[in-house]
Amino acid sequence: MKKYLPLILMGLLAMLPLVGINTYLMHIIILVIMWSVIGMSWNLLGGYCGQVSFGHAAFFGVGAYTAGILYNKFQISAWWGLPASIVFVTGFALVIGYICLRLRGPFFALATLAMGVILRVTAENLSFLTEGDLGIMIRERTWVDKTWYYYIILLIAACTFYLVKKVIGSKLGYYFVAIREDQDAAESLGINTTLYKTIALCLSAVITGMAGAFYTNYMGYIDPKVVFALHDISIVAIMIVMVGGVATFWGPVIGSIIMVLLAEGIRSIPNLGAAHHSFFGVLLIVIIIFLPNGIMGDNPKLKKILRWGRTP
Amino acid sequence: MTPLLEVKGVSRFFGGLAALSDVTFQLYKGEILGLIGPNGAGKTTLFNVINGFYPPSKGEIFFRQQKISDMQPHRICKLGMARTFQVVKPLQRMTVLDNVIVSAYLRTGSREKAEKTAVETLHFTGLFEDRYVVSKGLPLGRRKRLEMARALATGPTMILLDESFAGLNPTELNESIGIIRKIKESGITIMIIEHHMKVIMAISDRIVVLNYGQKIADGTPEQTRNNPLVVEAYLGDAQNG
Repeated sequence: MKKYLPLILMGLLAMLPLVGINTYLMHIIILVIMWSVIGMSWNLLGGYCGQVSFGHAAFFGVGAYTAGILYNKFQISAWWGLPASIVFVTGFALVIGYICLRLRGPFFALATLAMGVILRVTAENLSFLTEGDLGIMIRERTWVDKTWYYYIILLIAACTFYLVKKVIGSKLGYYFVAIREDQDAAESLGINTTLYKTIALCLSAVITGMAGAFYTNYMGYIDPKVVFALHDISIVAIMIVMVGGVATFWGPVIGSIIMVLLAEGIRSIPNLGAAHHSFFGVLLIVIIIFLPNGIMGDNPKLKKILRWGRTP
Repeated sequence: MTPLLEVKGVSRFFGGLAALSDVTFQLYKGEILGLIGPNGAGKTTLFNVINGFYPPSKGEIFFRQQKISDMQPHRICKLGMARTFQVVKPLQRMTVLDNVIVSAYLRTGSREKAEKTAVETLHFTGLFEDRYVVSKGLPLGRRKRLEMARALATGPTMILLDESFAGLNPTELNESIGIIRKIKESGITIMIIEHHMKVIMAISDRIVVLNYGQKIADGTPEQTRNNPLVVEAYLGDAQNG
C-alpha cells in the first residue's frame, strides 16, 4: 500500500482539474507544488548531504532569468528556459560550488548566503541583459487557463520525487549521507567528498533552477528583488524542509503545504498581511525547539503530543 | 623484496613545531608493524600523513611503488590503504550495516554486492548481531570494532589501526586480538598504534618507536624491549632517576 502511495497521489492530483476548482485555489495548489519541488531539491543538498544552503534563490533566480532573457532578448518562447536552465544553472552551480564547497558547516551556509545576494545585485545592475529593476515581463501568456501550468509543474514534481528517491536509494545517496555524518570519515573510506558534494549541489541547483524557469512562465513577470529574494526564496526553501522534516521524502511536500497556506492565510488578514515574515520566524523557532526533525521526522513524538492532548 | 609501504625522510611541521622529523621506515607485505611511543610522540600525526590527511612538509611516501604523499585520502583509500580513527568517527545516524555498506560501495556500484561484502565483514568482526543498531547508540568497544569493520569493507591491502584496543575490557581485548590475527591470515598487512604493551609485544612482527617526532628504534619486539633508548623514552633517564 505504502509503496503505491506516490502513484495513487499522482493519479488523484492528475484528475484534480477535471473536478473544476476555482482559479484562486488552482493558483495556491500550483504554488504548493512548485515549493515542494524547491523543498525536495534543497533537501537533497541540505538534508541528505548536510550542506545547508542559504542561497537557493541564486539558482531559482538564474533559472528564472534564463527563461526571461531567452524571451526578452532572443524572442523565443520562455518555455525554452526549462531545458536551457539546466545548462546555465549547472554552470553557475559549478562556479558557486568551486568557491563555497571547500568551506564546511556554517561557513558554507554564509558563503551561499553571500552568493545569493551577489547574484541579486548583479541582476539589478546588468540592465542591458536583465532590464535591471524594471524586470522582465512576458507579454503574451501561453495559456489563460491554469490547467496546463498545473500539469507541467506536477510533471516536474513527479520527476523530482522519483529522482530524489532513486538517488537516495543508490550509492550516491549513501555517499551523501556519509558526508553529512562525518566528512573526514567519509574521505578516509575512499569517498571523494568534493566530487560528491558538487554532484549534490548541481542536482539540487538544477531542480531549483527549473522551478525558477517555470515561475517566469507562470507568473509572467520577474525582477531581481522577487526571484533572488533572500527572505522569500532562500529562507522559505529552508523553512519548508525544516517544518516538513529534514532528510525525509514527504517532508518537503508537507512543509510546502503548510508554508504556502500559512503565508496566504496571514496575508489575507486585514492590516496584518505584511507581518507574515514575523510569523514565519516565530514558527521556525517553535519548530526548532519542539520538533527539531520536522513533522515527518518527529512523527512519533507528534502523535504522542496529540494523544496526550486528548486524554485530560 | 620491495616494501609495500616506504616512508622516506618524512617531516611534518605545525608552525614551528616539528611533529615528525625525518622519519624513515619500510613495511613489507604480510607484516604486522607496531608503532609505539609516549604521548605526543607523533604516532597519530604519522598516520594522518601516511593516510593523506596532512601532506608531509618534507619527504616522500610510496605505497605499492606509487608516490602517495601528494594524494588525497580518498585516492589513497582506493589504492588499498584503509584506516581507523583513534577518536572513533562512526556515521552516527546510520545503522551499523549502512556504515559498512558505505565503505563497501568503494569497490562496487551495486547495492547487492555492497550489502554482501558488508554482511561478510560484519560476520568477520563479530558485529552481525548489532547490524540494525544506529551507530550512535553503540558502546565504545563495539564502535572501535565498527571502525575496523568499515576499514576492512573497503577491500584494503593494508590497514592502519589507531588505538583500536584503547578502552576495551579484557574480553573485548581478546576478541579484538583474535580479529587482528584473522586479518593477518587473510593476507592484509597491518600497521597498528597501541599503548597496550602486552598486546603490541604479542602481535607485532616488528616495532617502530617514535619519541618527540623522531624514530628511535626499529626492530623485533625482543630487540625493542631491550633497547636502552626505548626504556629511557618511557621511563626517563636512568642516570638522573
